[in-house]
Amino acid sequence: MADTGSSEKEIDDVSGVETTGHEWDGLKELNNPLPRWWVYLFYATIVWSVVYWVFMPAWPGISGHTKGVRNHSERQNVDMAIAALDAERGERMKRLLTVSAIDEVEADPQLLQYALEAGESLFGDNCATCHGAGGQGFVGYPSLVDDAWLWGGRFDDIKTTLRHGIRSTDPNARFNMMQAYGRDGVLSRDEIEDLVEHVVTISGGEANAEAAARGAETFAVQCSSCHGENGEGLKDLGAPNLTDAIWLYGGDRDAIRTTLYEGRGGVMPAWGERLGEEEITALAVYVHALGGGER
Amino acid sequence: MAGDSPKDPNPPIAPAWAKGRGDDGATVIAVGLLLLGLWAIFTAARAVDGGMQAHAYVFFIAALAGGFALAGQVQKRTPLDQATYEMGVVKAGVAASVFWGIAGFLVGVVIAAQLAFPSLLYFENIPATSFGRLRPLHTSAVIFAFGGNVLLATSFYVVQRTCRARLWGGLAPWFVFWGYNLFIVVAATGYLMGITQSKEYAEPEWYADLWLTIVWVVYLLVFLGTILKRKEPHIYVANWFYLAFIVTIAMLHIVNNLAMPVSFFGSKSYPLFAGVQDALTQWWYGHNAVGFFLTAGFLAIMYYFIPKKAERPVYSYRLSIIHFWALIFIYIWAGPHHLHYTALPEWAQTLGMTFSIMLWMPSWGGMINGLMTLSGAWDKLRTDPVLRMMVVSVAFYGMSTFEGPLMSVRAVNSLSHYTDWTIGHVHSGALGWVGYVSFGALYCLTPWLWKRQELYSKQLVEWHFWISTLGILLYITSMWVSGIMQGLMWRAYNEFGFLEYSFVETVEAMHPYYIIRMVGGLLFLVGALIMAYNLWRTARGDVRTSEFAGEARGALAAAE
Repeated sequence: MADTGSSEKEIDDVSGVETTGHEWDGLKELNNPLPRWWVYLFYATIVWSVVYWVFMPAWPGISGHTKGVRNHSERQNVDMAIAALDAERGERMKRLLTVSAIDEVEADPQLLQYALEAGESLFGDNCATCHGAGGQGFVGYPSLVDDAWLWGGRFDDIKTTLRHGIRSTDPNARFNMMQAYGRDGVLSRDEIEDLVEHVVTISGGEANAEAAARGAETFAVQCSSCHGENGEGLKDLGAPNLTDAIWLYGGDRDAIRTTLYEGRGGVMPAWGERLGEEEITALAVYVHALGGGER
Repeated sequence: MAGDSPKDPNPPIAPAWAKGRGDDGATVIAVGLLLLGLWAIFTAARAVDGGMQAHAYVFFIAALAGGFALAGQVQKRTPLDQATYEMGVVKAGVAASVFWGIAGFLVGVVIAAQLAFPSLLYFENIPATSFGRLRPLHTSAVIFAFGGNVLLATSFYVVQRTCRARLWGGLAPWFVFWGYNLFIVVAATGYLMGITQSKEYAEPEWYADLWLTIVWVVYLLVFLGTILKRKEPHIYVANWFYLAFIVTIAMLHIVNNLAMPVSFFGSKSYPLFAGVQDALTQWWYGHNAVGFFLTAGFLAIMYYFIPKKAERPVYSYRLSIIHFWALIFIYIWAGPHHLHYTALPEWAQTLGMTFSIMLWMPSWGGMINGLMTLSGAWDKLRTDPVLRMMVVSVAFYGMSTFEGPLMSVRAVNSLSHYTDWTIGHVHSGALGWVGYVSFGALYCLTPWLWKRQELYSKQLVEWHFWISTLGILLYITSMWVSGIMQGLMWRAYNEFGFLEYSFVETVEAMHPYYIIRMVGGLLFLVGALIMAYNLWRTARGDVRTSEFAGEARGALAAAE
């Protein structure tokens, strides 16, 4: 290996090792041998690799590849693991398919626990992005831990909402919309200002009584068909109760004004397209138990 | 160290065929610039999207500026002196390295902050500052703009000095420098405008890729030409590594970027490969960008600057040969380890993993040669912070080239993949190895190139070293903890076989580590700013006299 082309080899004073006799820009090289431990470790990694090739799928050929002594297949392993899990869960999952009322689940503590665990896991993967990890909600995304429901909080209501979504692409989606009263020219700016005062009044805030009175008249004509005569809301139409202090988009004057002017219409996807019926049931049990489930 | 002076004791002597030949390539470059300008103005006129039009104008302005610069050069009517080294382009490369380094580190800190505080710089109608656009800006700025300019500058310097020959190609090295930096500007502005072919580390679109190909081929010609006209009988080890880097990057770049533009007047293209073939090509490219850009290229820097600064011979010539060829042969196979447990056939995963394991010792060969070169000069680590920086760099290299094979093992990868552990691993290599060996080279080159006896301040180098080292340690330890925690949380199951944690809970758990990482990155940036200041003062010829007492000061004064 050592180069013999040059005769200018010298002994390095510090290490006592011979140089190769070359010099570039003042740089020289010692002719030290390869460190033994380095060579042996290198050999060891090569031997280990060859052994690994013997046991595992490794080298490609013309058609196919060496399968290895272990005949290992990751895809098969995954299929088997999923099958094993399904077998373990199967019984309980099947029971969730036949559940028609929350009482049936609650009557069986084991099934209830299973449904809650499954529901929590599904919630984290599918729902938490919008509704928050604990279902606490954000502006525009309803909280699921209180007892205020837009489209109903009974077990069946929740299941329907989950299955078909709200304003989603599903033909059976829950559908109703807060119109853009201002932008669409249904109401004038003055009328909207009056309505804001009225809504503030019925939700317990302090407002200009004169304007609120005018607003009440508009409310009776334009709003009461969905939100009810007194603004108490109507779950069949997904119309929020305006008299509690719970707001989806905010309850200050600016937020109410924007709601009236621009309208609102958030979308919840139809999870029936993605989740199985037993998973919808588990999710409904979980959400029902979050705090506000209705009977 | 003044090597470009005609009074150099070892002046490079030009061979007869290189003497008095024509115009140093000015005609060829002029024709090239004319064609580029014509293409650009034609494309600008017919562009089908705004991004393409903007970039066509960028190319047009560059061609115009290049034309003026060339005319100025030609008007001087002084042919390049073949008896001297071409050091102007190296100086430009040093300055560009510092500039892009700061820019890249800064964007890195910004996106680290965005990960910790997601609404930072998020504007509904301004996508340019969103994480998705800034992230490739950061990676390209640090790898290709900073690292690339360091490689250009050092390779042009090292190949001339170790071959005792002026750079081949007359004005071509300048074309390489400006052409490469034009590519970077096009790539970076493209990301901000949303132009990307969404291949990691290969985001620029087809026209930028074509431009880089031209520049890179000229780079190869300049480098090879210089080696061919060398006055030394043998080729120095650093030049093997530089050549391997240039040749392999050309191959990787061309194959991975094979694509069909939707329109020749539009920025969008579609890659030739699809599905898992595309993924494998991409990671064959991606991993070898690490192997040949960030490893081979920077090993070349290590092989010149460490023995130079330590004033010791390279430890083992034989080790350098064996580990060079082993590294070159094995690295190119390792890419599939990025695709464990994916649609990639298992046999390919096996090969990617085993070749990564076999790569361990070839990688460490460079570390051994770097560290052992200091035998007999270890005491210099106490007094020379620049040498210490490069030695710590080699230590980080050793650490990350052990961690790499470890993470390539499928069982380990099933935990580490897609987690921050990968990010920590990359940054121990990027900040520790690539960053520090580059800083070391810049600290060496600046006084050499500007003919200063010393750096402006050694104490500032100490500050840089300690602040950055603390930054790197904060960065990689926080990412280890956060990555392994993330991986464990993802695979945690409860007794019913349901996932214990939702994704958003893992994100929440990582928040404190993201803040630590951001602080680490900020410290690294502060260190680099200190370096920039120090280098600037050095180039200006300043000396921080308070550091140099008595005799040393007298000697410096005499040198003025």
